[in-house]
Amino acid sequence: MRGLAELAAKAGSRDDENAVLGLDLSQAEQFYQQMVLIRYAEERLLDLFSTGALNGTTHTSIGQEANAVGVINALDRSLDTVWSHHRCHGHFIAYSGQVASLFAEVMGRTLGVCRGRGGSQHLCYRNFYSNGIQGGIAPLAVGSALGDRAKGAVTVVFIGDGTTGEGALYESLNMAAVWNVPVLFVLEDNGIAQTTPKELTLAGALDRRAEPFGIRSFAYDGADVMDIHALASDAVRYVRHESRPAWLYIRTERIGPHSKGDDTRSPERIAAARARDPLPILRSRVANAADIESRCMAIVDSAVSLAQQAPIARG
Amino acid sequence: MRVVESLNSALLDLMTCDQRVVLLGEDVLDPYGGAFKVTKGASDRFPDRVWTTPISEGGIVGVANGLAIKGWRPIVEIMFGDFTTLAFDQILNHAAKFAWMYDDQVTVPLVVRTPMGGRRGYGPTHSQSLEKHFCGIPGVAVYAVHQYGSPGTLLREAAARDQPSVFIENKVLYARPVEAVEALPNPPSPDVVILAYGGCVEVAVAAAKLLREEEIAARVVPVTRLWPFPEEEIRLAVGPCRHVLSVEEGAPGWGFAAQCALALVNKGVSFAHIAGPDHPIPSSAAWEADLLPSPQGVFRAVESLLGGAQAI
Repeated sequence: MRGLAELAAKAGSRDDENAVLGLDLSQAEQFYQQMVLIRYAEERLLDLFSTGALNGTTHTSIGQEANAVGVINALDRSLDTVWSHHRCHGHFIAYSGQVASLFAEVMGRTLGVCRGRGGSQHLCYRNFYSNGIQGGIAPLAVGSALGDRAKGAVTVVFIGDGTTGEGALYESLNMAAVWNVPVLFVLEDNGIAQTTPKELTLAGALDRRAEPFGIRSFAYDGADVMDIHALASDAVRYVRHESRPAWLYIRTERIGPHSKGDDTRSPERIAAARARDPLPILRSRVANAADIESRCMAIVDSAVSLAQQAPIARG
Repeated sequence: MRVVESLNSALLDLMTCDQRVVLLGEDVLDPYGGAFKVTKGASDRFPDRVWTTPISEGGIVGVANGLAIKGWRPIVEIMFGDFTTLAFDQILNHAAKFAWMYDDQVTVPLVVRTPMGGRRGYGPTHSQSLEKHFCGIPGVAVYAVHQYGSPGTLLREAAARDQPSVFIENKVLYARPVEAVEALPNPPSPDVVILAYGGCVEVAVAAAKLLREEEIAARVVPVTRLWPFPEEEIRLAVGPCRHVLSVEEGAPGWGFAAQCALALVNKGVSFAHIAGPDHPIPSSAAWEADLLPSPQGVFRAVESLLGGAQAI
């Protein structure tokens, strides 16, 4: 077994991170690489679960990659803060490029980004945080945005349609508005909370949810990462320069199950979700898509291998 | 100096000495200065570091957690301890967990200050002593102030921690004068040791006076650090004494008494306890007084204990 320091160095050096995120590529290539990387990583996680190589649970964002990539690339990774939730792998990879330490974390290995303590939905890396309590991260995002306001930083908090059932969200919208807090609420509306369609549990419009608080809203229905990035950039610019909160609503589709195998949707409904897959939309506009895909597969292969060589976290 | 002034002065000093200390709470702005006046003068002196908040206890503590992660040192006032239930998720599932589950990449130096306790006629939802529900949360320290010694020093201790604290201020204490530790009954060879915290310390002190008239020597041990529980400190304070009574104001069960008894298991001690009622606290002043620990109640419990209880 290789030394942990060597593994960690391989998994987390700054140069690797930039390469993994494709930060020196054209914007389309960069976004495609990040989306494919998220897709491959999450598909691999599901494979590893099905073969019994992983413990616990995972919530994949397959189908929603364009949201993570479009929004996070509108941020300054060294200055701004990101809060995410149980479905956080896509956001995490787009922010950090830390694929090996994500796999290691989900595998409960010491190479994990939290040394195997947090697992799939409790990640922390630089200014990225995730937690598994619905709505609980919303006031934290208001607090982190308030705390870093003088630095010109913004905080983004990702929530799902299901989280609009939580009271903490509305307390947060109110405080963000009344205190002029530079926080961007990003609602990824995939129309379903675990197995329950939103029509059964949620009243009113989600795209205009924040307007009664005097919070400016941005809305998008689609899966083109370039559109999402352009809209998110507008929203982030507004939040940063006006020091005001904003609400970015994205109508999206979750292609995969809620967690591992708990999909009760009809085949037709899942097919409708697949029809809005963001990857093919961008692929047609990227010249060297196949190269990017092989690079991503190699990154995932190497990450899994590194993670599996690391010691299991305990005590 | 009264307890409220000791706390207020410590709070203002903390804000003076450390620019990272910020204050959040409902109705904390001057000239009102908080429902119990502990925050008086803070917003006049530090307008940029005091936020008067909406009635959103969960949200306020959540915002404070976010500030804490970003290097600020927030002190949150929850107007009545009864309302801490609304912030429980932020304390238990957020503040308490972050340092450990994020592998010490963050600290959460949060203090949640709140008044607890009855004897004010406020009824079932404004009179409770809910601190036991915060004791036993890994990572969270729970303090309970009393008037002997320096209440403000205890607040400084809580504020100096890099992890979350819940700071309990029994609301009848605010108006009490601060007294020297030497004023606590501490006979060299006590017949009984009374363990108490918060607003029950003065009840135990008054009971000790009654007991002295009957030539029963009682030592009163005030506990200020409820969690982590100071087991060794309790054992040292009990010493060779074989009779111990614990007194708490909250509802009985899974509380202070159980923790005290655990500290004394196999020490050959006869142990008894008294607590508040196992139903909500009524508004009627007379009924409330019947239900909450009283000097007479403590006196009777000690008499009964010395009359022959079994050792634990």
